[in-house]
Amino acid sequence: MTSDVLEQDGPALSRPGGWRVVARKEMADHLLSGRFVVLMGVLGIATAAAVFAASGGIRDVAPNAQGVTALFLKLFTVTADPVPFPLIVFVGFLAPLLGIMFGFDSVSGERSQGTLPRLLSQPIHRDEVILGKFVAGLAVVAIMLTSLVVFVSGIGIFRLGVVPSPSEISRLAVWLVFAVIYVGFWQALATVGSVLAKRASTSAMIPIGVWLVLTLFGSFIFSAAAGVLSPQDGSQAAELAHLRTVQTVSQLSPVTLFQQGSTVLLDPEVRTVGIVTVEQVDRAIVSELNLTQSLLVVWPQMVLLVAMTSVMFAIAYVAFMRDEVRA
Amino acid sequence: MTTTIRSTALTKTYGETTVVDQLELDIAAGEVFGLLGPNGAGKTTTILMLLGLVEPTSGGMEVLGMDPRRNPLEVKRRVGYLPDAVGFYDGMTARENLRFTARLNGLDDVGGHIDSLLEAVGLSEAADRPAGEFSRGMKQRLGVADALVKDPSVLILDEPTTSIDPEGVAEMLDLIRALADDQGVTVLLSSHLLHQVQAVCDRVAIFVRGKVVAQGRPHELAAVESGEIRVEFRLGGDPSVASGLLESVGSLSDVAPGKQDGSWIAELEASSLATAVAELVSSGAEVLGVRRLDEDLETIYRRYFETKEEVSA
Repeated sequence: MTSDVLEQDGPALSRPGGWRVVARKEMADHLLSGRFVVLMGVLGIATAAAVFAASGGIRDVAPNAQGVTALFLKLFTVTADPVPFPLIVFVGFLAPLLGIMFGFDSVSGERSQGTLPRLLSQPIHRDEVILGKFVAGLAVVAIMLTSLVVFVSGIGIFRLGVVPSPSEISRLAVWLVFAVIYVGFWQALATVGSVLAKRASTSAMIPIGVWLVLTLFGSFIFSAAAGVLSPQDGSQAAELAHLRTVQTVSQLSPVTLFQQGSTVLLDPEVRTVGIVTVEQVDRAIVSELNLTQSLLVVWPQMVLLVAMTSVMFAIAYVAFMRDEVRA
Repeated sequence: MTTTIRSTALTKTYGETTVVDQLELDIAAGEVFGLLGPNGAGKTTTILMLLGLVEPTSGGMEVLGMDPRRNPLEVKRRVGYLPDAVGFYDGMTARENLRFTARLNGLDDVGGHIDSLLEAVGLSEAADRPAGEFSRGMKQRLGVADALVKDPSVLILDEPTTSIDPEGVAEMLDLIRALADDQGVTVLLSSHLLHQVQAVCDRVAIFVRGKVVAQGRPHELAAVESGEIRVEFRLGGDPSVASGLLESVGSLSDVAPGKQDGSWIAELEASSLATAVAELVSSGAEVLGVRRLDEDLETIYRRYFETKEEVSA
């Protein structure tokens, strides 16, 4: 072990891997916690309902769907009765809860248990505490989302008898990374709340409030904001400008970014997330994009989401570093 | 003697309030030093500054020859700390909690060490119970074991005896004394329970509102305070005769009856105590006991509380 070597060498300024010790303990805590079981159950049931409906819908139209490739991915993007949303919308809506659940008491929990002074008096850098906790939360989220995708694929193979192609699997893999980054934003937001609020119950309110506003009232807020920025006067040009503004403003929300990114990544036929006029698609040949081309389409969304997650984590990090140990 | 912990003009202010004011500490290796004072005197803030967990407003400090601000990791590696109101991860057992601390210190494979520590604080039986079930006193004992996991050169204990039962306090103090005597660990402990800790401390500093008002060995502190001391005499025989005998001794003044029958309290110059007793005996008094009242730090301590109240009144 490198740490042992450093120890024998006398005053080691920084022993690498303090954050790993923290992360290991946090992961064990998460995986054994009641909230993990509950979340896994809720997500599992929601997913199962969505995917059963979707696979039923796909089976109904399958006889007419000659030549449709990427049939398997339709499991994630198709809506069918009685479930009103496709699976990716579900994930976009529910996945933030994962991040919030694993982040909201990361610091306030230490505080209320009285373990924070003890933890910080150990020979690890202060940032290793928050980094370890963040990484542990994301790792558990990655495990949950991956098992979810495997679960869906299992149902899909069983119900549809279609095996995913390699390109579909790589699309799913990219989407999983994208989803984990998306959840990371919410976890970082919850961590900010947990540093700022002195009690766990208060700290959960901050991210849950943001989550509710963005997911439930998001579209309303964005069109209202766009209405102020580019008022409509009834002309077609103004109408188009207004729609563009709505589009731009809504991209300030990670929820929108994730929905747009997911749609493009999991549906090879989607070529743009922007507004398309009839002239633009006139006589366009219906064909599929390959993964690289899809990635090019959603590159801005991905970069934006990574940036948002990083900024949010940086805020949590700075808040924690400046936080007083004394409650 | 080498200095282990030193602070020079250490000051911490929060806004307008000065919590620690120009603190001068000089603690030698292997010494048990008591920081005594009422709650809110600035003891915990001082400790957190020495650990590098709170940034001082001004002044200097040195722990084991290092500045905790510049070299926090190395200081934390060698300083064991028991926080006030220590907590543990409720879902983990006592042993798992200690093992986690060991890993954070880069120590693996310390099972035997942890067992002996749990034994030393009397928690062997409870080692595999979740820490969430522990009483406050048990958590405090576990906290001491936790602070010892890294085999520290310096032990900083914030209110180590507060929630422990009297028997446990004696054991805890024995353990602290043994660490200092046998392993040369330097101990800095803070407490507001003067009578509990004065016996175990080599030196104490009385800390009121961020300032050290008295510092020294417990018995020296009492003597230094003033030339006049108060002494309780217990005399046998007829009380009126005894009182007359006491009054006849020239060096005694303000003779007054004490709380118990046959006890009298008088004031005199500390240096003349022996001659006063000799005079009493030779004049035929039946001296059953002589006790210096000012010996007890409690008196000084209370005096500072009284002045504090006067100031605030």
